[in-house]
Amino acid sequence: MNYNWNWGVFFQSTGIGSEIYLDWFVTGLGWTIAISLVGWLIALVLGSLLGVMRTVPNRLLATIATTYVEIFRNVPLLVQLFLWYFLVPDLLPEPLEMWFKQDLSPAASAYLSVVVCLGLFTAARVCEQVRTGIQALPKGQLNAGYALGFTLPQVYTTVLLPQAFRIIIPPLTSEFLNIFKNSSVASLIGLMELLAQTKQTAEFSANLFEAFTLATLIYFVLNMSLMMIMRWIEKRVAVPGLISVGGK
Amino acid sequence: MDFSAIIPALPGLWIGMITTLELLVLGVCGGVALGTALALMRLSHNKTLAKIAATYVSYFRSIPLLLVITWFYFAVPFVLRWITGVDTPVGAFSSCLVAFVMFEAAYFCEIVRAGIQAIPRGQMGAAYALGMTYGQTMRLVILPQAFRKMTPLLLQQSIILFQDTSLVYTVGLMDLLNAARSRGDILGQPHEFLIFAGLVYFVISFTASRAVKHLQKRLAV
Amino acid sequence: MISIQNVNKWYGDFQVLTNCSTEVQKGEVVVVCGPSGSGKSTLIKCVNALEPFQQGDIVVDGTSIASPKTNLPRLRSRVGMVFQHFELFPHLTITENLTIAQIKVLGRSKDEATQKGLALLDRVGLAAHAHKHPGQLSGGQQQRVAIARALAMDPVVMLFDEPTSALDPEMVNEVLDVMVQLAQEGMTMMCVTHEMGFARKVADRVIFMDRGQIVEDCTKDTFFGDINGRSDRAQQFLAKILQH
Repeated sequence: MNYNWNWGVFFQSTGIGSEIYLDWFVTGLGWTIAISLVGWLIALVLGSLLGVMRTVPNRLLATIATTYVEIFRNVPLLVQLFLWYFLVPDLLPEPLEMWFKQDLSPAASAYLSVVVCLGLFTAARVCEQVRTGIQALPKGQLNAGYALGFTLPQVYTTVLLPQAFRIIIPPLTSEFLNIFKNSSVASLIGLMELLAQTKQTAEFSANLFEAFTLATLIYFVLNMSLMMIMRWIEKRVAVPGLISVGGK
Repeated sequence: MDFSAIIPALPGLWIGMITTLELLVLGVCGGVALGTALALMRLSHNKTLAKIAATYVSYFRSIPLLLVITWFYFAVPFVLRWITGVDTPVGAFSSCLVAFVMFEAAYFCEIVRAGIQAIPRGQMGAAYALGMTYGQTMRLVILPQAFRKMTPLLLQQSIILFQDTSLVYTVGLMDLLNAARSRGDILGQPHEFLIFAGLVYFVISFTASRAVKHLQKRLAV
Repeated sequence: MISIQNVNKWYGDFQVLTNCSTEVQKGEVVVVCGPSGSGKSTLIKCVNALEPFQQGDIVVDGTSIASPKTNLPRLRSRVGMVFQHFELFPHLTITENLTIAQIKVLGRSKDEATQKGLALLDRVGLAAHAHKHPGQLSGGQQQRVAIARALAMDPVVMLFDEPTSALDPEMVNEVLDVMVQLAQEGMTMMCVTHEMGFARKVADRVIFMDRGQIVEDCTKDTFFGDINGRSDRAQQFLAKILQH
């Protein structure tokens, strides 16, 4: 069978309204970024909190955080997404359930589920990085903080965390990149992010190699640019002479 | 919630589980083999080979696995037709397996590369000094040591792959998750079956990671 | 047996070996010494082509190393080498260390290789350790196994690259004893070492290197007997090393 190569396909009409296929990719990329950034925000805040909990001298807090990490790391992302999308709404109180199922548009409810899912999933990973970062600091730092009269929360906010975050930027970067890649699972609950738009283009236009090549290219460029941004941040916040560990 | 319907469905779920495990085992074997070849290319003195391997790795590491699975599902039949000239039906299983092998190889490559680089340079010299060829040096001296050192990392990556096999849902392959989803839908108990599938994944992954951590501690001593 | 002819070697712009030439006759024991960074280890590694060089040639038992036609693995299988850090293979037992190259490189049968390996292990006084792994032996013991491993290949010449410098002082002698015995049996040896006692006892010639050049190349008696006749650099080196 012959395959009709047609790289101009992206500028052809989709037959729906005045849209060309490229518009679909732009919309898809928009969703991908919207999912990833909000998910990352949740992951960073919750993950840092959990990471701190794992290192404080309190059994209960540490156990809670450890349990969280074990659960969210050992269940496949897709299963988690289905749980958030199909199961959790049924468990909500009546008014909330109605709001989720009836008031929200299909896209909005899918978006909400995937953002929560990715945020909580990635938080478990961020937690482990934060914990590693804190534990990599010399023990004397904690004591020095105490010796100056700081309370434990003050020691964390003024001494430990500012250092820990600097040294875990490389592993955090890779988690940040992962959330962009993982956001593609949203296509499986019907959210038209980048991968879903690619699939749709491939099916509508029959130019599947072109569609997937473009998608690959977009992910590749996205990945590279995010990496450069993170490197820039790493340099900006670098403190001369501060140890650097991790990196993997 | 009523989990009693799961027991009669177990044989069906087990068939799904077998598909999951087949994907896992074949994916790990193929991925490690291809990944090792890529690692040797990346470390070779031949600049072209090194460059090809490096590009391969950074390419596959920057795109989502789900994209690779979807693409290969569409593309593998096409490509085969180009090569062989005849229509060869390719099942979802084969295209998913190819996707896993090629995708995971990029990750295994980096693990193997680090493992080889962790072996002292002198070992290579000693093997050469005994008259071994490059192939013998790698096969008999360097790789056996490197694989021993990186076993925990390889296993960790395999656990990730175990979880990632659930993504074959996208092409409708009946793995554990999909078997549970479809049975749940048929029986009108989607939640129970979903929770059950999640539990199975959890128990296996959790136990396996515990075992790997244990192994890591033993190797570290 | 070994003929080193005008060898020059650079790392980038930095010249590590300059016009090195010397000969090692069959049955001769040659000690190579010199300050660290003088290029002596590099030179000895050139002899079995573990280090490439850009100019000159080395001919070992009639085989030219610079020639592109030379089968390097075959050449190396006839040249024994002992390393500073032993470089036993840690994942193999002592017996396997002694036999793996015999079997895979020389194509000997497992029985023949094991017999040969164990006989040599006995010779270096370690027969009782055959089933252990290298990590379970002391440094001195490991180095003796390494010597046995090299001898198992029936080498025509043995190269030693600072075989005692990574050892604790109390283990140096057990290794030197094996080397002395080997020298007395007539093995052709080229040894990079600072052990001047060893040189005095068994060396036929001493080569002194500094900054990539062979500065002295003379008989043992001339080297140690006529110190005032030596170059300034060799005198300084000897003064430092012979104080003890």
